[in-house]
Amino acid sequence: MQETISALLANYEEAAAIILFVIGLSMLLFHGNLIKKLIGMNIMDTGSFLFLASMGYIENRKAPILVDGLREFEDYINPVPAGLVLTGIVVSVSVTAVMLSLSIRLYRRYHTLNVDEVYLLSRHQLEDR
Amino acid sequence: MDFIRNFPLFTIILSLFSSVLCMLLDGRKAKRYTVCYACVLIALASAVLWYVSATGEPFTYVMGEFPAPWGNEIRAGVLEALLAVVFLTVLLCSVLGGWRFLLIDVEHSKINLYFTLINLLTAALMALIWTNDIFTGYVFLEILTLSSCGILIVREIGRTTLAAVRYMVLNLLGSGLFLLGVVLLYSLTGHLLMVPMRAAISEIVAAEGGVTTITFSLAVLTIGLGIKSGLFPFYFWMPDTYGTATPTSAAILSALASKAYIILLFKIYWRVVGIEVFQQLPIHWLLFCLGIPGMIFGSVSAIRENNIHRMIAFSSAAQTGYIYMGLGMGSPLGYVAALFQLIAHAVTKSLLFLTTPRLARVSGDSLLFQNLQGSGIRDRSAGFFFTLCALSMVGIPVFAGFSAKLFFAVAAVDTGKLGVLFPTMLALAVSAVLNALYFIRTVIRIYTAGRGGADISAPRIYAEEHNDADSGEPLPMSETRSERRSYWVSALILTGMNLFLGLFSWITVDFIRLGLDMFA
Repeated sequence: MQETISALLANYEEAAAIILFVIGLSMLLFHGNLIKKLIGMNIMDTGSFLFLASMGYIENRKAPILVDGLREFEDYINPVPAGLVLTGIVVSVSVTAVMLSLSIRLYRRYHTLNVDEVYLLSRHQLEDR
Repeated sequence: MDFIRNFPLFTIILSLFSSVLCMLLDGRKAKRYTVCYACVLIALASAVLWYVSATGEPFTYVMGEFPAPWGNEIRAGVLEALLAVVFLTVLLCSVLGGWRFLLIDVEHSKINLYFTLINLLTAALMALIWTNDIFTGYVFLEILTLSSCGILIVREIGRTTLAAVRYMVLNLLGSGLFLLGVVLLYSLTGHLLMVPMRAAISEIVAAEGGVTTITFSLAVLTIGLGIKSGLFPFYFWMPDTYGTATPTSAAILSALASKAYIILLFKIYWRVVGIEVFQQLPIHWLLFCLGIPGMIFGSVSAIRENNIHRMIAFSSAAQTGYIYMGLGMGSPLGYVAALFQLIAHAVTKSLLFLTTPRLARVSGDSLLFQNLQGSGIRDRSAGFFFTLCALSMVGIPVFAGFSAKLFFAVAAVDTGKLGVLFPTMLALAVSAVLNALYFIRTVIRIYTAGRGGADISAPRIYAEEHNDADSGEPLPMSETRSERRSYWVSALILTGMNLFLGLFSWITVDFIRLGLDMFA
């Protein structure tokens, strides 16, 4: 038990990332409100990005930008995770934009953002087709 | 001839350019351009297929000449090229066959944007087929999701908005899980390219450390892509999505988009984890155990449906179950059978989705079975093609569906394990009976008068439900000659492919086997 706790404390960034991911996932799954679902999705993605970013950073090392000549490669961090985080953020932003526009459309039609209510409202439409 | 090595990249980059170009064209020109462009793409992919089968070796295209651990790569073997040719052909046929309904369902000023999305979707499909980099896979996975959502929502009735929201929420869930899996695998291996990842994973497994983490990340990846492709029990979004989309979109979504996710999953199993390692992990049992209930419950839900489109959508869920069962068998023949089923399903299901709206069209635009009575007589060509596809789905010899089921049975025998053989045979038998139950029932319905005994030969065209008050344009009630011709061309191509897969199945299987040899 103590070992698990000390392992979690030693890797607190990864632990926080997974906790964030689970919070986001449960929001996306269990919240009826579409906007809250979207916020959940963003938290979930942030968890993944935190995981990546924390792995990419090593203490006492610098970004691999040459300022005063080339130093030992142990002095630099790996820049790839940061690049992946940036790509991921772009993807996440565009998905959020599309989802928000969908929410507007849904709201205009049903005057509610609660997905369960919308489902009930649309049910009778489905049956008469 | 080495110039052909550039073609896989061309199929992705040119599709991205085309999507921008279609924004600038007007609707009809965009359609004409997309059709011509799809033909060019088929030619490019066929050239790659010819090249890799002639040289007998897969090739890797290194982007920007950055060597292996750093750069981004595209890889082409027989399997990738074959899938690209089949997918592009199905895409072309879907665009041709559903054109008439696109004019009805989509506002005329937005048709060019529809083709923008179709080209974007083509780029994503091609990238998922060719890529050798798992993060590129993630990016194009999201592009595929967004463009799928776009072609779904383009038909402006209320249900499509709801269907799109549900589709997107589930897909976002899947994407999030997939991203977590990719991040975990990257943290374990330190690579994103598939070849170095595989080397690192086999080292980890040989040292017997971190197997649990690999299993966990693979499980997360599998569930993520399983949600997106409609693995049991995540198939409940299918009927709303496929049932409300315009026919071209329904055909593309069910035959291509959801299958592209399975191809990516397959790639991860073979090229990232390595199939020897994968077969030691418990994940393939998970697939096997979820595939079989998918086959049964998908069919049971289809039987209970009263709407032909939703019935076919549930049948897609059942067919996806077959594919996952094949992946889960853990034998080389199981993978061959799963890939054959993937191709057979793409060819059959797309034609079904293109044909049912024609039956509905002569039945007062109703998709309910009681109104469809006798529609096969009112529109003879649609009835004929529907019957052919139904026979294929049930698994009558001569058609693709039969060969697929046969290969699953052979693969189950080949494993030599009773634990696989018995459930597979039972599931195949039960699912064949269930398939027959709802497809043959539908065929009988579209050719008979039903209880009322009314005159079924007269076409019933009622007032338009989709009539767009805003556009104010008169709707084409009767079909023009060119619309009819394009449906016939696409139906004949898809039926031809179906018969080819059924009658000469060994040719496709040889290609798949050759491809799998190159794939590892």
